[in-house]
Amino acid sequence: MFGPLNVKPLESKGDKTGSWRTQLRPHYLHKNCIACRMCLMICPEGCVHGKEKNAFWADYNFCKGCGVCADICPKKDIAMVAEESKGEDK
Amino acid sequence: MGNSPLFKSGHTACAGCGQAIAARLVVEASGANTIIANNTGCLEVFSTKYPETAWGVPWIHSLFENAAAVASGIEAALIYLGKKDTINVIAQGGDGSTGDIGLQALSGMLERGHDILYVCYDNEAYMNTGVQRSGLTPFDTNTTTSPSGARSSGNIRPKKPVPEICVAHGIPYVATASAGFPQDLTRKVKKAISIKGPKYIQIHVPCPLGWRHETNQMLPVAKLAVETGLYPLFEYENGVLVNRRQFTPKPVEEYLKSQGRFKHLLNNPEEIKKIQEIADNNIKKYGLKLEA
Amino acid sequence: MKEFVEGSHAIAQIIQACKPGVISAYPITPQTHIVEDLAQIVANGELKAQFVNVESEHSAASVVLGASATGVRVYTATSSQGLFYMQEVVFNIAGMRLPVVMTCANRAISAPINIWNDQQDSISLRDAGWVQIYAEDNQEAVDFHLIAYRLAEDKRVMLPVMVCMDGFILTHGMETLDLPEQDKVNKFLPNYNPLYKLDPAEPISMGLLADPDYYMEARYAIQETMKSSLGYLSEISSEFNAVFGRDYKDLLVEEYQTKDAEKVIVAMGSVCGTIKEVVDEQRAKGKKVGLLRIITYRPFPYARVYEALKDVSRIAVLDKAVSLGAYAPIAVEMKAAFYGKKKGPKVISSFVGGLGGRDITLESIHEVFRRLTAKEVNSDFIDLKPELLKEEYGK
Repeated sequence: MFGPLNVKPLESKGDKTGSWRTQLRPHYLHKNCIACRMCLMICPEGCVHGKEKNAFWADYNFCKGCGVCADICPKKDIAMVAEESKGEDK
Repeated sequence: MGNSPLFKSGHTACAGCGQAIAARLVVEASGANTIIANNTGCLEVFSTKYPETAWGVPWIHSLFENAAAVASGIEAALIYLGKKDTINVIAQGGDGSTGDIGLQALSGMLERGHDILYVCYDNEAYMNTGVQRSGLTPFDTNTTTSPSGARSSGNIRPKKPVPEICVAHGIPYVATASAGFPQDLTRKVKKAISIKGPKYIQIHVPCPLGWRHETNQMLPVAKLAVETGLYPLFEYENGVLVNRRQFTPKPVEEYLKSQGRFKHLLNNPEEIKKIQEIADNNIKKYGLKLEA
Repeated sequence: MKEFVEGSHAIAQIIQACKPGVISAYPITPQTHIVEDLAQIVANGELKAQFVNVESEHSAASVVLGASATGVRVYTATSSQGLFYMQEVVFNIAGMRLPVVMTCANRAISAPINIWNDQQDSISLRDAGWVQIYAEDNQEAVDFHLIAYRLAEDKRVMLPVMVCMDGFILTHGMETLDLPEQDKVNKFLPNYNPLYKLDPAEPISMGLLADPDYYMEARYAIQETMKSSLGYLSEISSEFNAVFGRDYKDLLVEEYQTKDAEKVIVAMGSVCGTIKEVVDEQRAKGKKVGLLRIITYRPFPYARVYEALKDVSRIAVLDKAVSLGAYAPIAVEMKAAFYGKKKGPKVISSFVGGLGGRDITLESIHEVFRRLTAKEVNSDFIDLKPELLKEEYGK
């Protein structure tokens, strides 16, 4: 290993922090979403994706289950459900 | 990868970390043509653990207290290369590295007039090393080096007014922001970047671990800090207060109740009165009360 | 082009010729003239560089770190307390493999506060991972800065280099020097072409956290590069000779009449000029004495030292620094160079002199040769004033 420990962003895949979730995961109901994008903006992981109404989703590979997206949704269209339950698997 | 190529998922911040939210919003507002110098702290540690990096922009970490000086060097090099006009330079760090150990470097950077935006992520303690008290820890806060006990109701000193110190340096733009007001934060970063010269933005970022609140309470906690008057949101341009967020003030007790770090105050009306006084002074000083 | 100039001014001139893009330094005696001269050169428009006036040495080093990381050639200078204040940045720069070049105008360390020359400052940072080269006179001081940039920016090296010159003695001494012309400098020193840099066109993250799984290899890499640099210095010295006509041989040591010497003094820096005079004096009287001058202190040229002195029976190491509570720094290296080897001196005596700028005179060197007997001594301080030692506190 010669040289400093420099890393190019594309070389780095990140840790699969979704494994941190033990209790809750966000379940996107896709009923009353107005595509305000607040969930996407506020996620500390930046793992919420979406563009159109009722088409936002969290990447469970990275989601830590903090619940801030559910808290900020003005239409209460995100429910925090128990981690074991079958929700969207996207 | 996440929704942001500039600050990627897969970093190891605590769940619900206010600083992670703010950091992503800052770099997204600044865009891909940004170089960041970061002090040691939570953000640096959780975003860059070799061989992983969350940063999609050029990013450098040197030491605990010198991001402002490192950024000064980056800015000087860019000027020499004739590239400064197209690249934003950001120096960032926590409240400890900004207002305590790094205050000298920050002051030098401001005094020299570098075209750099300094962002301070204020979670009101040395969080990365275990929630020790910093100069920006508010009065009566329970931290590991200012714990409450039989002889103490927590931190005995008021919060160091770092934004005011920056205003006193005569720089073109100083603002406070909050992770609980993300659109306001984005607007302020974009505005700062459009101004030439040294800029300072201090962002209040809740820390669920250090402040002891549930991870999904980031927004209510951040909003209460602002709406009690304990964390005024304002903008100074060239020494003049040009904007502040006005609201109908809530009693400080609501804010104190929302976090474990103030638990020891809840049956201490005398101390709560002192904190209410701090809030009231802020409200008066900045004109924060929304008149009907 | 020959000029009769003050050492500091000559350094400013050679730095100008090296064309750094960012210069940042904090004033400290006796480095001040160097940076003042450079400020004037920039103000006159004679050098297109960003001159950043910082509020401390810690920031001066941090500014050049940031600028070097952005892919620009940089320069800083300091001494003594300033070097100590920037110590953590100095280690940081080496760890981040940035080719910063710094002049250290060697000066004593507080306390007691003292602005005169000894080598305690740079020697105290010997573990930092910087190449350290010590000049005997101002011509070397000038030439070594050129060599420093050439070595630091070599893609096989990418390590910072500290050029050490004795404060006041060299910085404020006036000599007739051959100041290299710009075209020759351009020939010897190409433009800096960074191996890595902060650039939005190709983003990288620098200065990451390395946990126990990664840290050691990064440090080992520097150790290996240091070892290889012993060879690169010879290469660069030949290139230098070809362009400028001055031969520094391997740039590691200078052997002065050591071939058949029975007693040799080992020393570093300007004191070697004085020692050479004494050697000449004694040789004229038939005494077989010599001097081994250490030029490169880090990486330490153990093999070269062994080769030079293995047939000498007595060595006196004259340190201008002290490791309080242990053997003096260069003496320790000398002993390590010979320990366990088949050949070597019977006596390696260690002397400490010149601390805080106390003059090392011709007589001092004669005294060292006198004290170099069959009985080995360790950290024997020379030229002490017994009347001061007799004073007791509070009486």
